[in-house]
Amino acid sequence: MTEQTHFVEIRHAQKSFGALEVLKDISLNVERGQIVGIIGSSGSGKSTLLRAINDLDPLTGGEIWLDGVQVNKTLPHRQYEKHINEMRQNVGMVFQHFNLFPHMTARENVTMAPKLLKGLSQADVDKLAEEQLDKVGMLERIDYYPSQLSGGQKQRVAIARALAMKPKLMLFDEATSALDPELVEEVNLVMKKLAEEHMTMIIVTHEMDFAASVCDRVLFMDKGVVVEEGPPSVLFKNPTQDRTREFLRKHIEGAS
Amino acid sequence: MGLDFSIIPKYMDIILLGVGWTVGITVAAALLSFVGGIIFAVIALYAPWLIRQPFRLIEWVFMGTPLLLQLFLIYFGLVQIGIDLPAFVAGIIGLGLHFAVYNSELIQTAILAVDKGQMEAARTLGLGRGQALRKVVIPQAVRAVIPPIGNNMIALLKDSALVSVIGVSELTLSAQRVIGKTYRPFEFYILAAAFYYVINLCMEWVQRKIERRISISR
Repeated sequence: MTEQTHFVEIRHAQKSFGALEVLKDISLNVERGQIVGIIGSSGSGKSTLLRAINDLDPLTGGEIWLDGVQVNKTLPHRQYEKHINEMRQNVGMVFQHFNLFPHMTARENVTMAPKLLKGLSQADVDKLAEEQLDKVGMLERIDYYPSQLSGGQKQRVAIARALAMKPKLMLFDEATSALDPELVEEVNLVMKKLAEEHMTMIIVTHEMDFAASVCDRVLFMDKGVVVEEGPPSVLFKNPTQDRTREFLRKHIEGAS
Repeated sequence: MGLDFSIIPKYMDIILLGVGWTVGITVAAALLSFVGGIIFAVIALYAPWLIRQPFRLIEWVFMGTPLLLQLFLIYFGLVQIGIDLPAFVAGIIGLGLHFAVYNSELIQTAILAVDKGQMEAARTLGLGRGQALRKVVIPQAVRAVIPPIGNNMIALLKDSALVSVIGVSELTLSAQRVIGKTYRPFEFYILAAAFYYVINLCMEWVQRKIERRISISR
């Protein structure tokens, strides 16, 4: 086994659901502070790849390494659970449908995990909640329940919730796809702010403009393989592969 | 012999003592059935096969046999294997477990109805499955089942009259005892019915309070 040299290293990732192979031998490296976008049509495997990184959809083959530790290493069940729970504390995830806890206020959504897992005092978690919610511009709604918030506000609280665990890596799974068009921008702004702070991020998105403006690198996936990757200036303007061109043409026409 | 309700005050203390026992047993059994219902539901859904099987047997016993028989078994039967429970304790256990099984069915359905994204979001933050259930899934499931559990608790109140057969002087048995002395069945059964009605109203009031307190519109 070779030494891990990249911050995130995906080696020969393979994933099948029964006879259906959704990831076919994908390898990918992400450096610290890098922002990588993944684009592709639905069913291309991009969400599955993202969800494999924190083991929500475990791979059926290949390895995932994060900061020198193998995420999906072979361990007896109990030890594996402990290992994966510790790993996940380092990886924040933001979902398409927010998945805020509806029975908790914004504050409680943000503080529940740090309080439970890091044993912080009430004063510490209150400070943490204020910091994180302020960062996403939701401080004035700190004691609101999710049902009292708009979609964009919910997603911003969900980002604050992930950041409160002080992750080294953030995963965004179509974070703005479920939002009304006028609410997309406020979430994108928060993500741009994170980018300026050099948070390492992997972003699955349908928004080509956004990917072009924040990502250092963009991957185009189709049918379980990475068809093409490169800096957005190259991938969006001068794609080398027919499939990429086809996708971009459809997407840009379809988006108008 | 006409009706004579003026006789009631003389025996009110006995009846009120019965009300006290009925309320006490109902509240204790309701709490047991609620906590037990959550535990049974989690076992039914998540425990390994080997642990699930004995619980399925318990579930079958409490759902498939008369409550009356269950009370006899707990009070008279367990003595033979050295477990001699006071009658009211046997009554609380019998009623509590009987309704725990029914509550468990409701809670299981509610747990399965909680969006899968909730468990995923909790696990993503680093919570273990047990922690995610305890902090995120079960609190939502319980909120969803408060109204149907409330109906079960009304049924529990009514079935609490059955513990009279193992000699607990709850409301129904107290009324019977007074009737034995006075030969005034109509007056005292009506009185007992009125008290059941009042306890019912109180329970509905408490249920509404709880619902309002924890309700979340999504």
